[in-house]
Amino acid sequence: MAKKRLLSLERKKSVYGVLFISPWIIGFLLLMAVPLYQSIRFSFSELTINASGYSLEYVGWANFNKAFFVDTWFNRSLTEAVTKMLLNVPLIIFFSLFTATLLSQKFRGRMLTRSIIFLPVVMASGVIAGLDGSNYLASMMGEAANDMEGNYTGLSGFDLIPFLLDAGMSRSIVFYFAEAVDRIYQIVTSSGVQILIFLAGIQSISPSLYEASKMEGATGYESFWKITFPMMTPLILTNTVYSIVDSFYKNNVTNYIKDIAFRQLNFGLSSAMSWAYFVLISIILLISTTIISKRVFYYD
Amino acid sequence: MKAATPNRGASAAATVREWNSTYRPVDKVKNVLWVIARSFLLFGICFIIIYPILSKLSIAFKDRGDIFDSTIVWIPRHFTMDNIYKAIELLDYFEAVTNTFILSAGTAVLQVISCALAGYGFARLKFKGSGIVFALVVFTIVIPPQTIMAPTYLHFRFFDVFGLYGLFTGKPGVNLLESYWPFFISSATAMGMKNGLYIYIFRQFFRGLPKELEEAAYVDGAGILKSFFKVMLPNAIPAMATVALFSFVWQWNDDYFTNLYMANSVVLSKMLYILPSNLLAIRDEYSYVSLLINTATLLAIAPIFLLYLFAQRYFVESVERTGLVG
Repeated sequence: MAKKRLLSLERKKSVYGVLFISPWIIGFLLLMAVPLYQSIRFSFSELTINASGYSLEYVGWANFNKAFFVDTWFNRSLTEAVTKMLLNVPLIIFFSLFTATLLSQKFRGRMLTRSIIFLPVVMASGVIAGLDGSNYLASMMGEAANDMEGNYTGLSGFDLIPFLLDAGMSRSIVFYFAEAVDRIYQIVTSSGVQILIFLAGIQSISPSLYEASKMEGATGYESFWKITFPMMTPLILTNTVYSIVDSFYKNNVTNYIKDIAFRQLNFGLSSAMSWAYFVLISIILLISTTIISKRVFYYD
Repeated sequence: MKAATPNRGASAAATVREWNSTYRPVDKVKNVLWVIARSFLLFGICFIIIYPILSKLSIAFKDRGDIFDSTIVWIPRHFTMDNIYKAIELLDYFEAVTNTFILSAGTAVLQVISCALAGYGFARLKFKGSGIVFALVVFTIVIPPQTIMAPTYLHFRFFDVFGLYGLFTGKPGVNLLESYWPFFISSATAMGMKNGLYIYIFRQFFRGLPKELEEAAYVDGAGILKSFFKVMLPNAIPAMATVALFSFVWQWNDDYFTNLYMANSVVLSKMLYILPSNLLAIRDEYSYVSLLINTATLLAIAPIFLLYLFAQRYFVESVERTGLVG
């Protein structure tokens, strides 16, 4: 009797499960699966819009051919986007883990600091970031400020580079970090969500682990590498995926793809480009997740 | 004499050890140094974030002549509101803000509902193949919107649910562009911007709630629906607040979808997008154009900034309890 009732609850649950997810399923079919299929069809065809909708004409691989071998901008902006991502994502992960560790400690003014650091989550996206990038006045004033600092303090990044090179550090590492310093605003503003995720993760680590390690005589540095870091590895995976997806969400390539579709009205070529773009992102995600997930530590 | 020295030395060492263990000078210095280093770093990070906003604010009140005066850094000499009035006029500010607010609030409410339902379904109401379906949700996070951009655009241009409308009326479909419907439809079906992420947040949150909550509700005779609405949702307010804030703000800031579906409507991101060319048509002077773009950007983020000012306390606290993680 009891078993029967349990079974029926389980069945009820699964029925309700489908019911709860049904809006998503409708959305997925209507706004994801169908467009995906159509987009594949577009990428192999020439699309013309007419009064009663649109018509397709099959052209084979011509659109892909055009995107990679005829178009002058596509390859170039694609490599640019990938290089930018490869440079920025490790820095974003490092920076956000570091900041989250700092923010998880108790100090005066913690609320204020947190709310300032989460400000980029709500501010720096979309059109505002775009306008800032192209803002003539802002860049002019930024340059002026740089000049002033360079003249009066002698602490600008340019003076540090020869110093580090003289100290015998590898050229590529020095320039990597010097460029990172120049892009610090970009890195800080694009790591808001990652800090959020790391912070929530650090706060969910049981304090008894830290107490035990303190009893055993571990320093703060040791307990970071032996407790915090291994517990954060699953989140490093999550955050790496998020950062990669985020960095490919809006850049020159996406703008170019959009322009091809809505300025030149070449929907076929634009679909072909976007599919090539998607395949590239998937490959990068696959490689990076397999590399990281081998080193991920799961507590339970 | 010789026998006494090590003895005295030992007692001195003991005193030093005792003094060390009561006052711990090394630990204290370490601690103070760490506090200084930490404050320094955090102040630096905050400065990087705050600086552009402050400089925008200062420029917004500057007269045109003040920009090129190198003796003026922060406080404008000729204080003026002209930039702000001009920017409000050019942006059609109040209408744009109202429209953007309707759009963002509508999508936020719909997305919270649809994503909470889906998240709960994935977390607690397991059915056959729900793992595979969830993998599809993750897949929607990864896929770039450009890949389905052209078909979705045409889809909303000739809107039709599985060909049913065309079957009954014989027309090619309804044109939904230049209205809020593309956004509302995709939000209600949890297919809007970054909705895969929101479903993920809700799923993680519901998984983190204790199972006993539901079981107690079931024992007391509540059905699945009732226990969801009366027990689980009130407990999920932190997650709902986080998702609502994210979706409101990201919709507000979005220019990609807005310029795609509502290319000729008066919404904020659209007005900002066309502002530079509009300005250049009025006056062909780059410094003036930049000055007004600066002010307009400030005006556009002002509502979000005010919202964050009131909501941040709740938001930051809720992050701690949301458990965005697995």
